[in-house]
Amino acid sequence: MRFQLTEDQRALRDGVRGLLARRFGAEALRAAVERPGLDRELWRALGAAGFFSLRLAEAEGGVGLGLPEAVLMFEEAGRALLPGPLAATHLAAGVVPGAADGEAVVTAVGGGGLVEWLDAADVVQGDVTGAVPMRSVDPLTPLWRVPVPDSAVEPDPLFLLLTAAEQLGTAVRMCETAVQHARTREQFGRPIGAFQAVKHLCAELLVRVEVARAAVYAAAVTADPVDVAAARLLADEAAVRGARDCLQVFGGMGFTWEADVHLGLKRAWIRAERGGSNTESEDLLAGELLIEVG
Amino acid sequence: MDLSYTPEEEEFRARLREWLAKVLPSLPPKPSPDDWPGRRAYDLGWQRMLYDAGYADVHWDASPTVRLIFLEETEKAGAPYVGANFVGLLHAGPTIAAEGTAEQRARWLPPVLRGEEVWCQGFSEPEAGSDLAALRTRAYRDGDEYVVTGSKIWTSHAEVADWCELLVRTDPSAPKHRGISWLAMRMDAPGVTVRPLRTLAGSTEFAEVFLDEVRVPVAHRVGEENDGWRVTMVTLSFERGTAFVGEVVACRRVLGEIAREARACGRWDDPVVRRRLGRLNAEFRALWRLTQWNVSEAESSGGVPGVGGSVFKLRYSRARQELYEAAAEVWGVGALDLDQGWVTDRLSSLAYTIAAGTSEIQRNIVAERILGLPKG
Repeated sequence: MRFQLTEDQRALRDGVRGLLARRFGAEALRAAVERPGLDRELWRALGAAGFFSLRLAEAEGGVGLGLPEAVLMFEEAGRALLPGPLAATHLAAGVVPGAADGEAVVTAVGGGGLVEWLDAADVVQGDVTGAVPMRSVDPLTPLWRVPVPDSAVEPDPLFLLLTAAEQLGTAVRMCETAVQHARTREQFGRPIGAFQAVKHLCAELLVRVEVARAAVYAAAVTADPVDVAAARLLADEAAVRGARDCLQVFGGMGFTWEADVHLGLKRAWIRAERGGSNTESEDLLAGELLIEVG
Repeated sequence: MDLSYTPEEEEFRARLREWLAKVLPSLPPKPSPDDWPGRRAYDLGWQRMLYDAGYADVHWDASPTVRLIFLEETEKAGAPYVGANFVGLLHAGPTIAAEGTAEQRARWLPPVLRGEEVWCQGFSEPEAGSDLAALRTRAYRDGDEYVVTGSKIWTSHAEVADWCELLVRTDPSAPKHRGISWLAMRMDAPGVTVRPLRTLAGSTEFAEVFLDEVRVPVAHRVGEENDGWRVTMVTLSFERGTAFVGEVVACRRVLGEIAREARACGRWDDPVVRRRLGRLNAEFRALWRLTQWNVSEAESSGGVPGVGGSVFKLRYSRARQELYEAAAEVWGVGALDLDQGWVTDRLSSLAYTIAAGTSEIQRNIVAERILGLPKG
């Protein structure tokens, strides 16, 4: 058992982090908020870097890597707050022509009949008859809603896992942002991070990140639906509560559009909904307790 | 990232499982929590069985992964936990092994492994709990002996211990983290008085220890004089890193029992109860994965656990309390009856956010040492 990143996995993560820092850094994030819309050039660059074809076999033109590597990539995407239907397009690689190399943008009907980026997508998976646009809470995620969602559709565990990885990444960003602010922002003549009340908010941010990380990475190794359900609950918690605590550390500025904190919170809210209600995950985990004890 | 075990590790697991199945039925019945001589005999007997079967030093010499397997399998099989041997095996032993002289290792380590001597921990004081370095117990030198006066508190197993790992102030004029020394003190030395403390769970789990001019040979000091704080940090890193592996396994088992109980008494049909249990399952699954992550990290960094143990302890101690809160919801009024087995465990769980460094102290450690926030 060596439940740690391999050298190759570290290199992959650092490579994706570098690419996203160059192509979608803080300024690009700001610019995207001002001019919403899917950046096709960036989408093709992600395709060229193997973002969508990562798990496709090499014989099929893919990279031939596995779920752990995909999860590391999606964590970085979540950390960068990269917009777009990333998980749906990744899962469509090899099925929908053009998805693998970033030529096609694929979206899918998610939990509760939620559809992201319907106007920008080339291909939609699922029935979107009668879909109506919502005034989306997140300026970087346009949303539609299908009036009567097909309740028989079970959420795909892989979709849940990739979403959880994005949530983990956003939780990491919120922790880093809060800590950076707590180190530099001074009140009463000292950095606010020297005050125990602020210090403890930051510590809890990290604890939630590390617990979620262990759950998400383990689910990537086992691909077990129960592990995925656990990963999903903990990653949602790390991202949503992490963003709220980060906002608290920022004080009044956190409540404004001057700080980027609200973007993390709103994205985390959407991701927590798009895989279906978390009651289903809790029920799956509860049921497994009875299976274990017989 | 790999969650599989090597063939050698799987073989260790299989051998251990087979041995446990063979020997556990022959164990005597567990003594009551307040029967300290009985508990001592029981725990030492178990350690002796481990020694004879070649498992005694698993906490010291085995790789972190093998130790993880050992704790997982013994807990699953319902084997006794380290009990009265806790300090000797997990604190004092590793500290002496890392910092002691050859003579000290030869004197103190074998009796711990063979289940012959029990150690207790004399760190905390009434005036110095979380602020451990503020301790006042004083030791001055008289020839080749220290003369120790002061008091200690929260000393588990003090009533039946042979030795105490004792922190004393040997230089009162030095800054508080310096001027401390680490001594091994005999518990039957003249001047040692033990007063048991009753916990809110009703048992005498620990004691106060009063020290009145107790003489300790200078040769029983581990590490240099006034260097005891550094030696102590070695001890505490062992405590925070590996102490809870078996308990995560135990909590997962208890959670399964609560679910079964909920089904038996009809509470399972309440979706609020079911969701709560499902969430706790996610929690303990994740804590188990975090354990595997930390163990793998310790494995690659040479075996000494790092401050990541604080992250684990913060979350685990709260989860354990939430586990028993959920249990209480299932039991209803039964949760008020001390004759119900889990009620005592519920009460005991309240210690976890306090013992071995309170949650508040752990958050400071995480914020300052991992996140690099300024000291307050």
